[in-house]
Amino acid sequence: MTALLEARGVVKRFGGVVALDGLDLAVTAGEIIGLIGPNGSGKTTFFNVATGIYAANAGNVMFDGADITRVPARAIYRAGVSRTFQRSRLSLPLSIFDNIMIGNHKRLNQGLWFNLVKRGDFKREFEASYHAARALVEVFEPALAGRMFEPVAGLPMIDRRRIEICRALISEPKLLLLDEPSAGMTHDETAELMNDILLVRERKKDLTIIIVEHEMGVIERITNRCVVLNFGRKIAEGPYRDVAADAQVQEAYLGVA
Amino acid sequence: MAGDAKTSRAAVWPGIIALAIAAGYLIALLAVEKQSLIIALLAVGIIVVIAAAWFGLLDGVSHAFSDHEDALGGFAILALLAVGAFFHEDHFVLLLVTTVLLYSVATLGLNIQFGYAGVLNFAGASFFGIGAYTSAVLNAHTALPHLIVLLIGGLLAALIGSLLLLPVLRTRGHYAAVVTIAFALLFKTFLEVNDVLGGPQGMQVKGMTILGWSFNDNIEIGGISLSFYMNYFMISLLLLIGAFVVVRRLERSWIGLNLDALRLDETAASCFGLDVVRWKITAFLIGNFLIGVAGAMFGMVGSFVAPNNYTFADSLILVSILLLGGIGNPWGLIVATFIVVVVPEKLQTIQEYRFLLYALLVIGVLLFRPEGLLPRPVRRYFPGWQP
Ligand SMILES: Nc1ncnc2c1ncn2[C@@H]1O[C@H](COP(=O)(O)OP(=O)(O)OP(=O)(O)O)[C@@H](O)[C@H]1O
Ligand SMILES: [Mg+2]
Repeated sequence: MTALLEARGVVKRFGGVVALDGLDLAVTAGEIIGLIGPNGSGKTTFFNVATGIYAANAGNVMFDGADITRVPARAIYRAGVSRTFQRSRLSLPLSIFDNIMIGNHKRLNQGLWFNLVKRGDFKREFEASYHAARALVEVFEPALAGRMFEPVAGLPMIDRRRIEICRALISEPKLLLLDEPSAGMTHDETAELMNDILLVRERKKDLTIIIVEHEMGVIERITNRCVVLNFGRKIAEGPYRDVAADAQVQEAYLGVA
Repeated sequence: MAGDAKTSRAAVWPGIIALAIAAGYLIALLAVEKQSLIIALLAVGIIVVIAAAWFGLLDGVSHAFSDHEDALGGFAILALLAVGAFFHEDHFVLLLVTTVLLYSVATLGLNIQFGYAGVLNFAGASFFGIGAYTSAVLNAHTALPHLIVLLIGGLLAALIGSLLLLPVLRTRGHYAAVVTIAFALLFKTFLEVNDVLGGPQGMQVKGMTILGWSFNDNIEIGGISLSFYMNYFMISLLLLIGAFVVVRRLERSWIGLNLDALRLDETAASCFGLDVVRWKITAFLIGNFLIGVAGAMFGMVGSFVAPNNYTFADSLILVSILLLGGIGNPWGLIVATFIVVVVPEKLQTIQEYRFLLYALLVIGVLLFRPEGLLPRPVRRYFPGWQP
């Protein structure tokens, strides 16, 4: 099996801090991987390197057979990688629909002539996009589907998280990176959100997901495999049960030997 | 429960009434000469607007505009034509209103740059001046058709603007703003020391002629005589309509969305495929094109260009119009341009304190109504569209 995403010896330093210290990580198409590790262990940094926000200091990242180590973020998205952010990063003054369409960039016609002059064609694309976005929102929260043109600034955190996931899903990526999607949610809300994500995945079986999550119940339930980071290095890998039993992992998390 | 949000469209008549009142008020303001009367009129205007806002009457107006924008756009054109017709013999008033129309085109350009793409341009008046000097030079030395001259004015403003800003638009932060300030200061000096362009005295601009129709001749139609400025008023109105349509369609398209996305969060936008530099440059070019075309037209309207008309202070006035009107809302910008251009012109007593007044106005708006007189509503791609 060839890996969909593969990191080899990735190093990322911030001044004196080594956030990623020769990280190796491979993800096969169709997997759901849990990326876990204590605070500051480099999980978010890995997402930022993989999506092209930060350039790695050493090592390389392959996606779908191509080297994406020095590729700009926008090209990595075009290749099929989408993400959410640990701290929700929606455009607050814009509507739900607008925010989701930001994630649909590569599938929308961006030509000046099309947008300014061919308004009839534009309207058809707009209506098709509206129905696609609405259908996706309905999976996560039917009550939001009637409010597509309201600014997201007025929504509670839980809805904003849902919209952010819709923004990442609308372009039908091959790889979805979820950075603590349930931060700030209750236990039940988290469970519901995960079910919704799995529901979307039902329709598109080959969607590969890497999820960073602190709630181990979630990790146990939805992931095929876990990768544990500590100080920017992979310290364990395997099914959740095995990893959770690992002495090194327990030490990293609990500080006990 | 899908689709039960609101299925009825707002009524159109509050918008029509508002436009009729605005046109009547504008005619009164422009017609009155006595200073005390003007002050009284302005006071009444302010009180009426505040009272209308207080009693929630303005909500109906803004709903009418968001659901029936095309129809109300038509009525707005009629209202402006009524103002023009009322003053058909009055050179001074027609020149003043024409100035407002062209400044509006320029601020619509700035709005694309700053309001949508977030690129501050403190050299608006300089790029306007590039347009004006283009018509001065080309009308004097070439036989190019004057509509082509307008086009060249716009292209030149876009070209010079992009040479200036291409290197800095790639960087984050407000370097572009600093560069435009430097350019605004340099531009005036450049004009003053340049003898070919008339130096500090400036130069004459030949009036517009289209297909043998000279815009600088008064018009006689069946016994009615119209000021020659009526020509300029009409063509400037056409330019404003064109610029308005461009800005509107731009906002209500994926391009408008791109510009908002990159203004609000460059990093997130680039994670979703957006080429930030490309769209910033696109916005800057389109904006400068509009500013340059307006300037080229303005040169011919005023028949004279001089360095003093295109200073940094004038650029600041353009920016203050943007802040006042409501960044991103083209209707608000036109209203604000009327206020900023017409009030000091009518109130001779405050002419000298013009800048003080602008400063107070801007500070007041930023304090009490930070989104401007008419805040930008959330994007609707097609007014009145229902799923
Ligand atoms: N932009 C940055 N500049 C400087 N240091 C950074 C930056 N981003 C991350 N770091 C540092 O890199 C290390 C790894 O941070 P990272 O955010 O990747 O951790 P994490 O595993 O996502 O932690 P958490 O669970 O708290 O989100 C930390 O020490 C952090 O302070
Ligand atoms: Mg993190």
